[in-house]
Amino acid sequence: MSIMDNLFQRTLEDLIKGLRLQLVGESSFISKALEEIRREIKSTDPDTKSTALQKLTYLNSIYAVDMSFAAFHVAEVMGSSHFSHKKIGYLAASQSFHDATDVILLITNQLRKDLTCGNQFEVCLALECLSKIATLDLARDLTPEVFTLLASTKIHVRKKAIAVLLRLFNKYSDAVKVCFKRLVENLDSSDPQSVSATVGVFCELTSRDPKAYLPLAPEFYRVLVDSKNNWVLIKVLKIFAKLAPLEPRLTKRVVEPICEHMGRTGAKSLMFECVRTIVTSLAEYESAVKLAVAKTREFLIDEDPNLKYLGLQALAVVSQNHLWAVLENKEIVIKCLSDLDPNIRLESLRLVMAMVSENNVVEMSRVLVNYALKSDPEFCNEIVGYILSTCSRNYYEIIMDFDWYVTLLGEISRIPQCQLGEEIESQLIDIALRVKDVRPRLVHVGRELLIDPALLGNPLVHRILSAVAWISGEYVEFSRNPLELIEALMQPRTNLLPPAIRAVYVHSGLKILIFCADYFLSKKEAIISELPDPSLPAYTDHKPPSDFDHNKDLYVQSADKLADEFHLESGGETVSLGEISSSVSSGKKMALQSLFSLVNLVEKALAPFLVSCEVELLERARNIYAFSELIKQELHGCIRTTESISEEDKQKNYGVIKAMQDALSEELVPVSISAQERVHKPDGLILNENLSELQLICDDLQLPLPAIFSLGDRNSKGRIVTSSNIQEKGDLPLSNESTSLLVEHRKRHGLYYLPPESIDVLSNEYPPANDSKSKDYLNDEALDLAILTEHSLSSKKKPTHNKPRPVVIKLDEAVEVRDVVECFEPKENTLFGAVRDVLHGGDTISTLPQSETSVSGSRRRGKERISGSASKNMTSTENIETGKSSIRKSKTRLHGKERRHRSPGRNSQKILKEKTGQVAVGPLTEAAETSVIPDFLL
Amino acid sequence: MGIRFVLMVNKQGQTRLAQYYEYLTIEQRRALEGEIVRKCLARNEQQCSFVEHRNYKIVYRRYASLFFMVGVDNDENELAILEFIHLLVETMDRHFGNVCELDIMFHLEKAHFMLEEMVMNGCLVETSKANILAPVQLMSKNS
Repeated sequence: MSIMDNLFQRTLEDLIKGLRLQLVGESSFISKALEEIRREIKSTDPDTKSTALQKLTYLNSIYAVDMSFAAFHVAEVMGSSHFSHKKIGYLAASQSFHDATDVILLITNQLRKDLTCGNQFEVCLALECLSKIATLDLARDLTPEVFTLLASTKIHVRKKAIAVLLRLFNKYSDAVKVCFKRLVENLDSSDPQSVSATVGVFCELTSRDPKAYLPLAPEFYRVLVDSKNNWVLIKVLKIFAKLAPLEPRLTKRVVEPICEHMGRTGAKSLMFECVRTIVTSLAEYESAVKLAVAKTREFLIDEDPNLKYLGLQALAVVSQNHLWAVLENKEIVIKCLSDLDPNIRLESLRLVMAMVSENNVVEMSRVLVNYALKSDPEFCNEIVGYILSTCSRNYYEIIMDFDWYVTLLGEISRIPQCQLGEEIESQLIDIALRVKDVRPRLVHVGRELLIDPALLGNPLVHRILSAVAWISGEYVEFSRNPLELIEALMQPRTNLLPPAIRAVYVHSGLKILIFCADYFLSKKEAIISELPDPSLPAYTDHKPPSDFDHNKDLYVQSADKLADEFHLESGGETVSLGEISSSVSSGKKMALQSLFSLVNLVEKALAPFLVSCEVELLERARNIYAFSELIKQELHGCIRTTESISEEDKQKNYGVIKAMQDALSEELVPVSISAQERVHKPDGLILNENLSELQLICDDLQLPLPAIFSLGDRNSKGRIVTSSNIQEKGDLPLSNESTSLLVEHRKRHGLYYLPPESIDVLSNEYPPANDSKSKDYLNDEALDLAILTEHSLSSKKKPTHNKPRPVVIKLDEAVEVRDVVECFEPKENTLFGAVRDVLHGGDTISTLPQSETSVSGSRRRGKERISGSASKNMTSTENIETGKSSIRKSKTRLHGKERRHRSPGRNSQKILKEKTGQVAVGPLTEAAETSVIPDFLL
Repeated sequence: MGIRFVLMVNKQGQTRLAQYYEYLTIEQRRALEGEIVRKCLARNEQQCSFVEHRNYKIVYRRYASLFFMVGVDNDENELAILEFIHLLVETMDRHFGNVCELDIMFHLEKAHFMLEEMVMNGCLVETSKANILAPVQLMSKNS
């Protein structure tokens, strides 16, 4: 079979040709080929086997065919003595093996054999493979072989051995101890290929843990000055971009050679890297930045879109510290806003937003909004998103005129393709809560949106409508015409809204209704007491107000009158009663009528909700319905003479309205994010302990405990006897069972129960939802009822509870502080530690040739300091003494800087001590950081 | 990591070469290639060669019917990557003589070896055409 197979086996070329010519469809062709391969790969003939693997590798690479089933065969082919087979095996391995492949355990010896063999191509194959698939085990076992290869005389091999170290270090940090020295030596190699590979490795290493590699700065510096290879220079620049921010003295040294490179080079890539290094890491060198910006301008005015894009990116980085650079190139940037390439447009948009300040935000936003209207939906949303985020940055830092801003928000809301409803919603509410003065304007803007029936048809706007509905309800006192608002909230097209938002609408309606009623009634009280008796019959004459529902003209007219009155009040607080009473003879009557029609309108609009399936909606609708009944009674009371309704009733009704209005007019203020944590825990309350033990019991019982508790709570104390009576009758078998279980449990674990008195108190706070038994008791016991009503009343004190709350507000330093804490991620990892050990061990450094620059001179001094600190009594020359003292000085400076930098972190630790687990890392990292402050450069 | 992957895709969006420097499952690879191809092939000649994708960048360049796409970290030098692509094409050109899509299809292994000479662990290690091709040519002579 094997001979036949071998003779007629399709080669890879056949397979590729077949794939190109196939008529049966690619996938069926591949699955057929795969069948063949599965058969062939089991062959004992190495040629057949490797060809099969070759085909499989091809299919895996191009057609993403799974080849994990062949892992063992891959290992076999790798072990072949033929180079042409081995090659196939290695390619397959590096392509398909990964950390979870079991077979990887079997190839260690094979790799070792190939790494140590005389054929450099086989060595290279093994190295390349290792660079892709090395696991912890492989790295640990093969580090000695790679170490030997680092000194190979064959540059081709050495370079790969260097490159493979990156993977070894990542997987097995102890490899650093073995290989780091030789790696550093290769930075000094006379062979440019090795240097290039080494710099590449260090570039990657540095990007992860720059601090650890500061001691090598002199070596990098020499490469920066000496190298002629642009690729290497780019890598070295990347290294310095990471190192420079850590060591101010280093920046001073590198800024000059970098500027030289920037001026001299013809390669755009190197030039761009210089620019980027300067603007990111050397931003404090004004002259260098000027040069870099000049180069950036060359990029910007170039025809090549690539350069334009990169120029914009560079400018974006500069803008963080040097806004002038953007302003200088303002025209180009704005021109790019209409570029053909969306990526370039986006970059220029970012820059334009960077230019926005409190002085120009109004004009800029105007231009941008107009621009957004003309753009395609995607870019439009980008623009709007940027406007929103820029304006809201740092608590609306750049907004001076909030009236303008909320108007702008209203305008943005009307952009049909705007998808940022959620952001606008939260900003509107946020502003409403934070900025008191803008509320009248907000209510006005909200009104414009609410009364527009067209907006209801656009689902993208619904969230915004929800926000403005809430605002209109909450700040109705600023409204010029509450009746109009209610009309808007109750308009038929609101059925297009999702129920959650409709619930907000309904609740806002309730607030407005209460406001109107209260306003009218409080005014009436005042008027009645002032007006002479004869005016009273005027009310009595009145017909039932439902007629007015149909009389549109009159209704509108009366609404206007009432509006006028409200307007009077909101316009000036000091309107005297006398003035009001003068307008009363005509206006008062109308006001009353319109209030009636208002109530009717509400009742009519809400009628469908009274049977709604949406509980939120249903409940709110019922609330408002009940309330409107109350108002009606009250209003009838006004119309008829006082005899028809008893004085007490009237007083009671009015009292309720008054109470609700009081409750609603209580202002909602922003709450600090850490407010909860500032509440002191009562002494002696150990929450965790008790609860964790309870948890154990719960697991033990495997019963729905919460239900039991509520039952038990209710039946606690003397009532237990009666309840057991009922239970014996078998009225409620379910609760019966659980209660008896509870009683039993209580007997067993009496220790874990709170004393019954406290349970009694607690029980009233959370009445179980459908507990008929407890209801009975409540009806019986007057005391419970009293407590309940008290609670239900007090719960009304915060009527906006179930509304979409505004974003949690950041009032104090806690938030920034938390950010700072998050910045202090534990950077300490094993690789970092290993590198530090090697570098600070001193061995490596001492073997390095001392270079001519004063950088290395200063490093030498630093080294002395280390050994000096080890043995303080060491005799030292004056020269070293002075060096030391200067070191100390600069060291304290450095420390001071860090301390300043970190101080918020410390504060935060105090503040956050009890509440976050993050804090624990604080001191740890700090210790790590201080310990690695490099002395070598001093 | 520097370079995360190198892709060669033809005008029809078919992958012709895929080399990843980090392990991805087959499904992830498929998804990634699909997304990138959709993004890059939709762009025209007047637009820049850089596309932001997920948390990294794609630098791509079109040669005749073939797109060369390189996924790189965000702080990688885009222009250098463009030069790298050009170097790769030139190297292949020298080896195959006026390289075309078919050359890469039928000599995928060689293309892989060239790439391996140039890039290890996502780092560029060799930029000289002669140095890249010497072992490749020796190897093909030996076998």
